[in-house]
Amino acid sequence: MSDITKQSLSELVKNIKEKKLSSKEVTKAFIDRSEKSKELNAYISEDYSSALEKAKKFDEKPNLDLKLPGIPMAVKDLFCTKNIRTTAGSKILNNFVPTYESTVTQNIWNEGAILLGKLNCDEFAMGSSNETSFFGNVQNPIDKNLVPGGSSGGSASAVAGQLTPITIGTDTGGSIRQPASFTGIVGLKPTYGSCSRYGIVAFASSLDQAGPMAQNVKDCALLQEIISTYDSKDSTSVDFKRNEYSKDLTKNIKGKKIGIPKEYRVDGMPKEIEELWQKGIQYAKDCGAEIIDITLPHTSYALPAYYIVAPAEASSNLARYDGVKYGFRAQGENLIDMYEKTRSEGFGAEVQRRIMIGTYVLSSGYYDAYYLKAQRVRKLIKNDFDEVYKKVDAILTPSTPSSAFKIGEKKDDPVSMYLNDIFTVPVNLAGLPGISIPAGHDLKGYPLGLQIIGKAFDEQNILNIAYAMEEKIGFKNKINDWWIK
Amino acid sequence: MSIDLKTIKHISKLSRISVDDQKAEKLAGDLNSIFKFIEKLNELNTDKVKPLTSVAETTLKLRHDEVKSKDIRNEIIKNSPQDNEDYFVVPKVIE
Repeated sequence: MSDITKQSLSELVKNIKEKKLSSKEVTKAFIDRSEKSKELNAYISEDYSSALEKAKKFDEKPNLDLKLPGIPMAVKDLFCTKNIRTTAGSKILNNFVPTYESTVTQNIWNEGAILLGKLNCDEFAMGSSNETSFFGNVQNPIDKNLVPGGSSGGSASAVAGQLTPITIGTDTGGSIRQPASFTGIVGLKPTYGSCSRYGIVAFASSLDQAGPMAQNVKDCALLQEIISTYDSKDSTSVDFKRNEYSKDLTKNIKGKKIGIPKEYRVDGMPKEIEELWQKGIQYAKDCGAEIIDITLPHTSYALPAYYIVAPAEASSNLARYDGVKYGFRAQGENLIDMYEKTRSEGFGAEVQRRIMIGTYVLSSGYYDAYYLKAQRVRKLIKNDFDEVYKKVDAILTPSTPSSAFKIGEKKDDPVSMYLNDIFTVPVNLAGLPGISIPAGHDLKGYPLGLQIIGKAFDEQNILNIAYAMEEKIGFKNKINDWWIK
Repeated sequence: MSIDLKTIKHISKLSRISVDDQKAEKLAGDLNSIFKFIEKLNELNTDKVKPLTSVAETTLKLRHDEVKSKDIRNEIIKNSPQDNEDYFVVPKVIE
């Protein structure tokens, strides 16, 4: 079978279970393609020889009852992997080798998957273009010198470019959904508390969630079913009855009420995005859903509130990187000097900027005016959603206000970079699940995504809507393998 | 409100990040444009709104105090910045 890497996860699982393919064949195919794809810079660390070793072992005694039997998979380098370097895209963790495994990745290995390597991301997941990574820019497989989005940029590039059949990312303000939209793939940000945060390098603890990034909705549902487990090691993990998302997946969404929030029609949004949204509404109607106009009045305050809450939490979380116990250490004249130089040389510009914002809004005299104010606004944003969910089952919006942009285009203007997440951030602030599905192309042929937002812990419903709409949309990613010589 | 160089130096001290004059200039520009954006929140009257600290409405669960990680001393020592078989050696951090 020559086109192994073109197959979806579900097809690969089927072929391995039916013994039409071995784990070794599949693993080797993805390694070969990854080797030919160095120009994408999707990987930070590769673990190919040990992956082949594991695949060989799997084939000797295959356990075909597993959900990911011998499936190779690369993951975002924000997940701690035992005995494999985990950098979070930062110089300060360049030499960090965890002695433990994150719960989410452990769940994946327990189902038979094999680690291919660790994928590039914005430093500490802070960025929307993967340009803040210490390990360099990631190329979007769609076009040369195009950003893949961020922070899960390496993950998005690797799935779209077929370097891995599926992957996991993390999403604090849009870091799964925005890159999924920029690269023409599916990305799910689960409800806060659905996936364990244990072993994930922390950015903003009240917002961070891990989630699947896949070529299609069915694959996405399968991985969500595997990674979402209750975990006593994460005190915010929620013990609720989880569906078997892939088994319970249905295209029957007849009578579902889908809300269209007028506040997401923002100034300066390209005509193509508005048209895409209208098309999406029509597709939803064609699937039998009922469309209802709704209002989420505090939408425009979400991003400003996020840029207080997230940096505040980040400044606390990143206080641990002081050069003392592990990670990069600079030489200093005394202890304070060592701290200051370590953090100045070890963190990149965007991370330093956010630590400074966070420190400022938490500092004496400003806490009430900024931090407390932002938390009050966060409550208003959540109230908006609570109110509309009395009337609708889900909400349909564009995923991003634009398609992917060129590398370097927004790098020097933090606020214009932050505006990328205008449609995704409210979901994190309210702790809700959101999924981005590819839904069309702009005039340049770059992919555009639609976002479906659900009620808390109602992943099944938005997966179903996405599944039904995916069929109507019939999206085909336009990738010509430009980076392969 | 505007963030001046003196404030930048103060925040950099609190953040334990060394900042030279050139970097301070750049940071002042960036932070001012970010805070100008953030100040949109002042349009809202939130006096009667309760701050939202966590979206996960869970109460902390109690559990038995059991030892679950045993014999991991060598693993932990692996991340010690200095080679030493027996101890995790770090610079002196208290006077």
